[in-house]
Amino acid sequence: MKVWKLKADKLLLVAVSAFAFLLLATPIFVLVVSGLGSRAWEGLPESSSILTATLLSFASTLAVVCLAALLGTPLAYVLSRFEFTGKRIVSLFIELPIVMPPAVAGLALLITFGRRGFIGGWLADAGIVIPFTILAVIIAQFFISAPFYIRSAQIGFSSVSAEVEDAARVDGAYGWQMFWYITLPIAWRALASGMILCWARAVGEFGATILFAGNLQGRTQTMPLLVYSVFERDISAAIWTGLILIVLALGALFVSQWFAATQDRLD
Amino acid sequence: MLMSPCLRTVCVIVALSLSIISSQGQQKRTLTIYAATSLTDAFEELAAAFLENRPETDIVLNFASSSKLAAQLLAGAPADIFASANSSQMDLVVADGRISAGAVQSFAANRLALIAPADNPAEISGIEDLGSKRLLLVLAVTGTPIRDYTNAMFHSHNDEYGDDFANRALGNLVSEESNVRLVVARIALGEADAGIVYQTDVTDEVRDDVIRFPIADRHNQIASYPVAVLADTALPELSEAFIVFLRSADGQAILGSFGFCPPPREADEATAETSQDRFIKDETEVATCEGLEAEG
Repeated sequence: MKVWKLKADKLLLVAVSAFAFLLLATPIFVLVVSGLGSRAWEGLPESSSILTATLLSFASTLAVVCLAALLGTPLAYVLSRFEFTGKRIVSLFIELPIVMPPAVAGLALLITFGRRGFIGGWLADAGIVIPFTILAVIIAQFFISAPFYIRSAQIGFSSVSAEVEDAARVDGAYGWQMFWYITLPIAWRALASGMILCWARAVGEFGATILFAGNLQGRTQTMPLLVYSVFERDISAAIWTGLILIVLALGALFVSQWFAATQDRLD
Repeated sequence: MLMSPCLRTVCVIVALSLSIISSQGQQKRTLTIYAATSLTDAFEELAAAFLENRPETDIVLNFASSSKLAAQLLAGAPADIFASANSSQMDLVVADGRISAGAVQSFAANRLALIAPADNPAEISGIEDLGSKRLLLVLAVTGTPIRDYTNAMFHSHNDEYGDDFANRALGNLVSEESNVRLVVARIALGEADAGIVYQTDVTDEVRDDVIRFPIADRHNQIASYPVAVLADTALPELSEAFIVFLRSADGQAILGSFGFCPPPREADEATAETSQDRFIKDETEVATCEGLEAEG
């Protein structure tokens, strides 16, 4: 009786797991199959919109990753090395965009940097209008995706033990030198993995972008925005853009996991 | 063995939620209505009025641009009624077979309006400025009925303001919103300088935040709203009753109070046709509509 019960439990466990996996995997599988099966490449009336959106996505996300590395690295280093009052709150605010609905982030950006916004109002007086420009796309993507880099870099820096840095300091390394020759070579895989995750999240950003930056081909229309605006009149363009996004996301996940795995092995 | 109580709890939760879902289905009949975004406020009130003497009925309203709704219906989304802002999106669903051509009826009409933020940052005084000033113009996305009407309205102005007026105006476009209410929101927030919407989109909530400019009758477009019961509905009588109510004097009074015009007269004969420009520029209807609007 006992054996039978154990078997039933195991069966249920396997069945629920299989169901969960199918729920997650089926839509992606169907999208890939229908994209290839319906010969979507034969009907690409608006292929120029795909190219424009792809270029725009690459340009904006490249800027986002550079900005994240430039601004996020010092912040991650500070968070991993120093103890200060309010550190928990700072960490909370940095990680908030990861779980907050992107549409809310877009709204927050709009009432901050919009023409009538808290900061945007001043900028507008100086003749600078951010919404509806690629700058707005970059800000929206940065706001949503930079936390992924900062968090990963913080973990990377934390894995460099204080003793190693102390030893280097004894040998005369200081400041920039120590960071460049000691900390960075040890933590770079975590930083690279974070950068790729940050990039992938920026490529997929939709809600904050469409609210804050608007949606116009060649101006602010990134690939996810293209999928959303053309799927009812040009399903093949939407499916193709979707396929490109899935391939990019898979590649990013693969590379980032590989970096993380080699880092673990080193640790 | 440790897993067992946990798994049992999961089973109980699943079974309970299934029974709740099924019992709800038995007690109430739920009418699912897909309606164009511009119908939002009017249909909320129409639904409330329709439900007054029908305690056993519920209505679920799904608002999006007509093109998005048509795409959802073509993908097999469950619905009982589809109310579109133009006939071309309705025709798509008819062509697909989910709606029979004979079931389509016209129930309302609408017109375009130019709106700007209340403080009018670009100092607009009319449609002509869209082609002559540098400004931030926001329109609904290509493929939506309002965008088709807007493009037609711009091109209609070409003989007055120059052959490339429509191109110059569209050159000021900075964002294509997925539905018309988002255009209103951009203008009400003051983020853009001008937008083209339906006259009924200037609702009480935004009346203080935007100013409206008239568009000359000879250039303005008359948007005709067709409605139909889905052929595969589980509630054909109830759905039919809603459409009868929509076209009744009570239903038309509610639509009128939101600024909608009565449906074009020839609509009933022409509904089976597949032309989208058939109601455009009917001067007499514009006059009727303006009388109705003044009352509302």
